[in-house]
Amino acid sequence: MLGYIIRRILAVIPVMTIVAVFVFLLLRLTPGDPAAIIAGDMATPAQLERIRTSLGLSDPLHEQFITWVGLLLQGELGTSLISNTPVTQMIGQRIWPTVNIAVLTIILSILIAVPMGVLAAWRHRTWVDYVVMAFSVLGFSIPVFVIGYLFIQTFSIELRWLPVQGYIAPSEDFSKFLSRAILPCLTLATIYVALIARMTRASMLEVLGEDYIRTARAKGVKETVVLFRHALRNAAVPIMTIIGTGFALLIGGVVVTESVFNIPGIGRLTVDAILARDYPVIQGMILLTSGLYVFINLVIDLSYTFFDPRIRY
Amino acid sequence: MRFKTRNFNDVPSVLEINELTVRLADNDTAPPVLDRVSLEIRQGETVCLVGESGSGKSVTSLSVMGLLPRGALAATGGRIELEGTNLLELGPQAMRHMRARKISMIFQEPMTALNPVIRVGAQIEEVLDTHAKLPAKEKKARVLDIMNQVHLPDVERIYRSYPHQLSGGQRQRIMIAMALILEPQLLIADEPTTALDVTTQQQILSLIAELQEKHGTAVLFITHDMGVVAEIADTVHVMRHGQIVERAPVEELLRHPKHEYTRELLKAVPSLTPRPARSQPEGPAVLSVNGLQKIYSTQGIFSRRGATQAASDVSFSIPRGRTLGIVGESGSGKSTVARCIMRLIDPTEGEIRVADREIARLSRRALRPYRKHIQIVFQDPFRSLNPRWTIGRSLIEGPLNTGEDKKAALKRAAELLMLVGLPDDAVNRYPHQFSGGQRQRVAIARAIAMEPDVLVADEAVSALDVSVQAQVLELLEALQKKLGIAILFITHDLRVAAQICDEVVVMQYGRIVEHDSASNVLSNPRHAYTRALIEAAPGRAWDFANFHELQTA
Repeated sequence: MLGYIIRRILAVIPVMTIVAVFVFLLLRLTPGDPAAIIAGDMATPAQLERIRTSLGLSDPLHEQFITWVGLLLQGELGTSLISNTPVTQMIGQRIWPTVNIAVLTIILSILIAVPMGVLAAWRHRTWVDYVVMAFSVLGFSIPVFVIGYLFIQTFSIELRWLPVQGYIAPSEDFSKFLSRAILPCLTLATIYVALIARMTRASMLEVLGEDYIRTARAKGVKETVVLFRHALRNAAVPIMTIIGTGFALLIGGVVVTESVFNIPGIGRLTVDAILARDYPVIQGMILLTSGLYVFINLVIDLSYTFFDPRIRY
Repeated sequence: MRFKTRNFNDVPSVLEINELTVRLADNDTAPPVLDRVSLEIRQGETVCLVGESGSGKSVTSLSVMGLLPRGALAATGGRIELEGTNLLELGPQAMRHMRARKISMIFQEPMTALNPVIRVGAQIEEVLDTHAKLPAKEKKARVLDIMNQVHLPDVERIYRSYPHQLSGGQRQRIMIAMALILEPQLLIADEPTTALDVTTQQQILSLIAELQEKHGTAVLFITHDMGVVAEIADTVHVMRHGQIVERAPVEELLRHPKHEYTRELLKAVPSLTPRPARSQPEGPAVLSVNGLQKIYSTQGIFSRRGATQAASDVSFSIPRGRTLGIVGESGSGKSTVARCIMRLIDPTEGEIRVADREIARLSRRALRPYRKHIQIVFQDPFRSLNPRWTIGRSLIEGPLNTGEDKKAALKRAAELLMLVGLPDDAVNRYPHQFSGGQRQRVAIARAIAMEPDVLVADEAVSALDVSVQAQVLELLEALQKKLGIAILFITHDLRVAAQICDEVVVMQYGRIVEHDSASNVLSNPRHAYTRALIEAAPGRAWDFANFHELQTA
């Protein structure tokens, strides 16, 4: 087990190297001169040259790469071209809203989707199943911003139950955090509920046909116990996979929701950085999300051993 | 042969099934799945329900358990009475209450019947949790007690084990422990030993008999194996097409079967007496294996675990037109040998000569032209044909790979289907439209489409009913006569081996322990393991096909 974890962490090195090379080239090879952007439209060639030198843009490419990776390994992602603040600091400020929203979204999705999927599989080919499947098609097909505005219209403007938008950290005031986060989370959750419910249903359907389910019923075990103790754990591996992938995608995909609900997270940070061609920030974001993705994948793989004792690394 | 002869006339009955009719849930016009089945089981009695697949044996047992698949099958008439209560009238909760307390069931596949992610101790305990509230300490004591009663070794360790860490026999013992912990009146055993090796089967059968005696349990035993019936039954019921066609005490049924179908069923049971020897072969061997070895080693960067010798020093050869059988229990290495010969896996050492060409070391690419010389038929005809391909497409795939013209291949496919006894319009149909026996014929046609010198049959008749088994064996023999193919026949079933093989190789722990003509191996076994195998074969003293004791020469 420990050997496996070490091997997996070692395997991260080539993956992250490729990401790093890509991220590095992104800045140097794209059209549009960063120096020109920073200096603005009225800059003289001499000013541009000065900026290039200070950014190291005039060195040979491989030297730039080595310097850059060296800094990277020290946790140094560079400084924003626009605001002149260190990228690590910018991300550090913006990441918590995103992570909090993402975690809450995934928890909500699991709590809603898994029972839905189990129920649909248990009552396969009845109206319950059809309703769950219809919902899941709907969840896939409605765009996030439509759902978001629909929720705001209904719960905040018409019913006045919840604030329209904004963000308060949970450490500051947890109930205020919840009242503001619940709508964006539900919005984001729709598609994941659809996805996870579908996966749960398919996986459960397969497991419910297994011999050991018949054995459990032959023991006189209650149906809820059959479903949740005997079946769900056996169905868990594909469900975990989809949840993990979903979570990773979520971190990268909260842009729209953060805009709709005015949350100061990394989604909006990324959008702003792209619009302003703030390369160091873009680079930092790509490195962060890919690192996160690799990490989440590792956690998912390790979680399999918890659900299925036959899986041993 | 000693049959059970106890008289049950004065014994109170435990279960009475009366005119039970089961139908497809959404189809009233189709013929019923069970047609007015009546059956009585008395205290301590073993009732065997025999019949071929699809005859309604399992549906009968599931009806008693109240476990008919919801929305697919439904009991529409009759009564199932357990101690005066009609089980068909019970609600779901009351029925749940009966299970494990009054009626228990064990199933065919111990490999899949236990939940793979829960420790077996907890799975047995669950029965107690469901039906009796006991303090934790007492609960564990009772579980360990029943585990001892089913003769599991090292119960404390097994209590904490997961199913995949146990052998098939041990898992079936766990199933039995689970079924009997609450001492139910009735135990339903649905082919509980079919998936086990003969020696394990013998142990499980005697375990069931022992516990039955101890607790006075009535047993409804479902099987298709007449040998098992002869060993354990008090009373036998023969089922066909959802009806019970004959019932009688075991000895009477085997000596004087009345119904035509019973006679057919008994006649199809292959005899343990080897068939008369055929004339000695002429010509050189078409397949010869020399010093074959296969070692599985598990190694990683951080761990280096031990190696498993799946086969070592295996040597034999088969001449044209002859059949060599490899007999052994699971894990003996017989399938490993077959797969090495097919080069589905790579042998670690040794040589394999097919049609005078050494193929053990050939690369995959260099091997391709030699593939047609050796073809295989697998065990499970339900999984060995691609369900989305027509029979024709499956049949011509091989010939097309060796460069045959498509039209010619299709024409030949139709001829091959005729040759194996199927209609030639089967080319356009899909596997699910055929029965198991028919599919196995398709699989054989697919193999001989390549005009091989050697046909490897890996448990090719093990999944089939006895009557179908007999037909497929006949087909193989006829094809062999006609085409002169050499057959390597791999089986765990000594009866089948006796019927088709000229020579038999007995394998144990990856090694050949005995190799001789079929008649010598079966009538004069020299190795202790061969003797143990033969002695474990149920009903070996009875000549089923002729309705009397086996005449020993």
